[in-house]
Amino acid sequence: MRVPLSWLADFVALPEDWREVARTLDDLGLVVEGVEETGVGLEQVVVAEVLAIDAIPGADRIRRVEVDAGSGRVQVVCGAWNFAEGDLVALAPPGTVLPGGVRIERRRLRGVESAGMLCSARELGLGEDQSGLLILGGRNGRGSLGGTGDLQPGQPLAEALGEGPDVVLDVAVETNRPDALSIVGIARDLAARWGQPLRLPEVSAATLGPVPTGELCSVVVEDPDLCPRFTAWVLTEVTVRPSPALVARRLRLAGMRAIDNVVDASNYVMLELGQPTHPYDLDALAGPGLRVRAGRPGEEVVTLDGQVRRLGARQVAPADDRRDCVICDAEDRPVGVAGVMGGASSQIGPGTRRVLLEAAYFDPMAVARTSARLALRSEASVRFERGCDPAGIERAVGRLVTVLGWSVPELRVAPDPLDVVGNPPGPRPVRLRLGRLNGVLGTSFEATEVRALLDPLGFASEPGASGEELVVTVPSFRPDASREIDVVEEVARLYGYRRLPRRRFRPDQVGRLGATQRLRRVLREALCGLGCEEAWTPSLLRPGDDELAGLGPGGVVVANPLTPEESVLRRSLRPGLLRALAFNRGRQLEGLRLFELGRVFPEPDPARVAEVLEGRDPERSVLEEREVLAVALADPGDDARAAALCWTVLAEATRVVGVTLAQAGFGPAAVVPGLHPTRSAWLTGADGAVLGALGEVDPAVLAAFGVGGQRVGWLELDLGVLRAQPHRADQLVPASRFPASDVDLAFVVGPELAAERLRQALQQAAEEAAGESLEAVALFDVYQGPPLGEDERSLAFRLRFRSPERTLRDEEVAAWRVACIEVAERLGARLR
Amino acid sequence: MVGEAGGDAEGQEGPLADPAVDPAGWTAGALARIDSATSLAALEGLAQALTGKASALAQAHRRLGSLDAAERRAVGQALHEARTRVEAALAERRAQVAAAEREAQVAAERLDLSEVLAAVGAAALGARSPAMLGVAGRGHRHLVERTREELEEVFVGLGFEVAEGPEVETDWFNFEALHMPPGHPARGMFDTFYLEVAGAPPGAVLLRTHTSPVQVRLLRSRPLPLAVVIPGRCYRRDTPDARHLPTFHQVEGLVVGQGVTFGDLAGTIEAFTQAYFGPRIAARLRPAFFPFTEPSAEFEITCTICEGAGCRTCSQTGWVELGGCGMVDPAVLEAAGVDPEAAQGFAFGFGIDRLAQMRHGIADMRVLLDNDLRLLRQP
Repeated sequence: MRVPLSWLADFVALPEDWREVARTLDDLGLVVEGVEETGVGLEQVVVAEVLAIDAIPGADRIRRVEVDAGSGRVQVVCGAWNFAEGDLVALAPPGTVLPGGVRIERRRLRGVESAGMLCSARELGLGEDQSGLLILGGRNGRGSLGGTGDLQPGQPLAEALGEGPDVVLDVAVETNRPDALSIVGIARDLAARWGQPLRLPEVSAATLGPVPTGELCSVVVEDPDLCPRFTAWVLTEVTVRPSPALVARRLRLAGMRAIDNVVDASNYVMLELGQPTHPYDLDALAGPGLRVRAGRPGEEVVTLDGQVRRLGARQVAPADDRRDCVICDAEDRPVGVAGVMGGASSQIGPGTRRVLLEAAYFDPMAVARTSARLALRSEASVRFERGCDPAGIERAVGRLVTVLGWSVPELRVAPDPLDVVGNPPGPRPVRLRLGRLNGVLGTSFEATEVRALLDPLGFASEPGASGEELVVTVPSFRPDASREIDVVEEVARLYGYRRLPRRRFRPDQVGRLGATQRLRRVLREALCGLGCEEAWTPSLLRPGDDELAGLGPGGVVVANPLTPEESVLRRSLRPGLLRALAFNRGRQLEGLRLFELGRVFPEPDPARVAEVLEGRDPERSVLEEREVLAVALADPGDDARAAALCWTVLAEATRVVGVTLAQAGFGPAAVVPGLHPTRSAWLTGADGAVLGALGEVDPAVLAAFGVGGQRVGWLELDLGVLRAQPHRADQLVPASRFPASDVDLAFVVGPELAAERLRQALQQAAEEAAGESLEAVALFDVYQGPPLGEDERSLAFRLRFRSPERTLRDEEVAAWRVACIEVAERLGARLR
Repeated sequence: MVGEAGGDAEGQEGPLADPAVDPAGWTAGALARIDSATSLAALEGLAQALTGKASALAQAHRRLGSLDAAERRAVGQALHEARTRVEAALAERRAQVAAAEREAQVAAERLDLSEVLAAVGAAALGARSPAMLGVAGRGHRHLVERTREELEEVFVGLGFEVAEGPEVETDWFNFEALHMPPGHPARGMFDTFYLEVAGAPPGAVLLRTHTSPVQVRLLRSRPLPLAVVIPGRCYRRDTPDARHLPTFHQVEGLVVGQGVTFGDLAGTIEAFTQAYFGPRIAARLRPAFFPFTEPSAEFEITCTICEGAGCRTCSQTGWVELGGCGMVDPAVLEAAGVDPEAAQGFAFGFGIDRLAQMRHGIADMRVLLDNDLRLLRQP
């Protein structure tokens, strides 16, 4: 809402400094988002009459122009072509500094002296038009600004236009405050805050015409739920002409175009009081009357902007019944979309003599849906959809008649306007308990203070049943306030949020992170220690991305994506991270280790979905979202082993125990989709749950994402499953002070025996034999090559035995060694 | 003249027929050679020889112009068929050979990944570990995650718990329970991504537009009093620009209990501001509108660039907007099954990404989507 301060000052006394106004508005929740200072720089510009226009020899873009600027003939050179002798234009004499900061100098062009500049509206800061000179008027009868009847050459332009310096504040009005979409509404808040009187706009008594309204036109409202109040007024003796300078100027400053005195008066009142009205040329209506009804599906209206609008075409909200309210002529043909835009057929024209004026209250939700359906927003629809004041109609029409009377003194208003009233919202009583008010705000307001704050807003109040209670009557122009809590907010707002007491609040509990948050931190810390950088990739992927990454078809689809590139919810972090690798590789940034922690979204389970929608169970989500850690290791030398090493570090950091690898080709495990078939494995918990997978990304997948030709180690963990795994005991095992006996055993194994399987078997056998004297078993050497067979490996393990209470004897260690060898041989291993 | 076609295979199989004279014979010969090729390289050579510019086939095609119309059509069609069949055979054989090559490569690359696990602790036993992970330098947490962790720490210090909730939500939790019934104008503030989900009517399932639905989930599932912060990823259907991405992160605060007031809200915002930004940065509230709080406020902090003196970032006001807050609307409490006469509280929320942007001077948020190593490694 653009608010010219000169207009605002009509209704409330303003302080000298506009910054004070802006500060107060901010504090009232009417945030000033922009400030424009206008009318500065016009002091020296004068009205000039064009006397003669002559060509300059050899120049085809500029001409020599002689003007009368009040003190004799002045010669200037001008490049505009839109004017003729006799037009009144604006002359900036040498020395003028125009609003844009341009300084006008005496110049010579093509040998012709130019004593100033003739200006366009844009150059004067009076509008956007820069296609030619601003024509102020003159004997040719032209004029692009309204109401410039008696201009004299030499007259200062500012005076001629009533154009003094002014400040326009651009106020952001929240959607719940339709009353503040008006100059008076904003003045009301300011007056209340400053303790100043609010001066409502002057409404002069209208001269009544001879014939009652009912004999001039008719009104039928077929759907009162769409239009709870409709009034019709007939204005006669109308002469359509440009608006007075004041009206035209204020409309322009507020961001609207001046059109003619009738339309301008309607817009002026809408900006001033917030009530849109619509004028029809009564004689252009087929049948002198209006019908208000729901549009029929497929019905069409041509709106003022010349567009054909189809009604009821689609549903825009779940509860939308697709009924668009239309205004029809007496023959039932639509002449406008109610509350949104009037029709082209009955608009005001130069010949309009009788105006049928519509002033109504339309159902806000209906206007909102229609506006959304037609993708058509107007100054009127914005106000109607937020809720206008059904009780403000008379004042608005009275004011419109007053404003139109400034340019049409002979105007008549037909008596007994038509008023079809259904059930519009009225003032509402709201019980306000002082205890509740003070309990919410943390204040100790007395009833008198509260009343003093609310009264100037138009919230009248009376003491209620008990002394601790007020009955507040919320005015009909404040649809946002219908409950006690809404009135509490008004008290706080008017008092000033910044003045309300603050209390140092301390929850009565120990603040702490949850288990998942702590787990994330542990993982992040460990991964950063391994040189991994944390990445952040979008949750929405291109269709087919997951498939490219080796997952099967599927994925939840966005019904209304911004772009097809981001239209499928990810089921894996792999596409995002591989794309990040590709981006960096494209910039010669290689050797990258990346990780990401994020949600992935599995296929929906329709039964679960239905249950969540129905039951609103706070513990259940619609999809079984999982939080996943993914690590991509693409440093030189990184491969599947790097991923396995990365896992061993994370296992140590998170202290989980009992997690094993299940790799295809070493037992019954299946290949991990999207990973290298012979270099990947599942991670399984002691309970059989799948924690994730590790290995290398399948070379074909890498190629598909543009990072082929290298090895990328990959580790993926489900945080939920990881968190549920058993953890290492907290109790320390004391360190023995006796010497250790190491036994090194090298076995030749076939292709299907996994090293860890053999290690575990050795560990188990050694534990059974030696009990707590077994300290550790670890693989320390792997050999392949002659004289071993092609498929064979030699795996060398070190078993360390150490008793907590004595030095071990050689014989017992030898016996344990034999037991271990036997177990290994049972698995098909051969001692080397 | 057919001598050049065929490469290695030619010696064994003899020359191919002239495709213009005996297209069927040429095709049969060509197919036999394709079938016996065993490497992609050999297939590439064959493709050149059989269908390349210098091939007999291409030459025969070039000679078509000298034939009369009827003959031209017959020979032309035969040549076209021959080419089609040979090209199809080449493609099929290429796929077979590629699959075989991949299979061989995959088999040759076989690793027993459990060796790495079996070797854990080897070094401690005085042995060399068979697998080592070289680390060149330390990695970095993501700027947004780092900011989120810092915020979590500040709020934990102020006595809050940290909770989370799902990113895919129902319309009910995301809007309706938050005092925005279907068709409510305030829904226009949230451009929403809706999801096509089997088992749900259109519009019922969406990507959450804010972390506020978690308020409702917590109020419905946890005993009061409640003092939690809820960080998380949110989604809005806004075209990305320098300051906004469709995917972003918020942190939400919720305090509900007996006797919690607007003064507690203002005090909490102030305490947080000083704890996170330092003692020189103050907070203030001004009225605003949110459907799920009443009274509602926007909270501003001293501009961190100019510390209140006025600069371009804060449009000379000395203050920058940080987030929204207010007393939880009684309608929200009711939807969550809490009696608004028995308990009340406040909520606040703000963007984590925006804080990260302010703190780290990220001119354009869209650069974060690239995961450019040069940025990930800073600061």
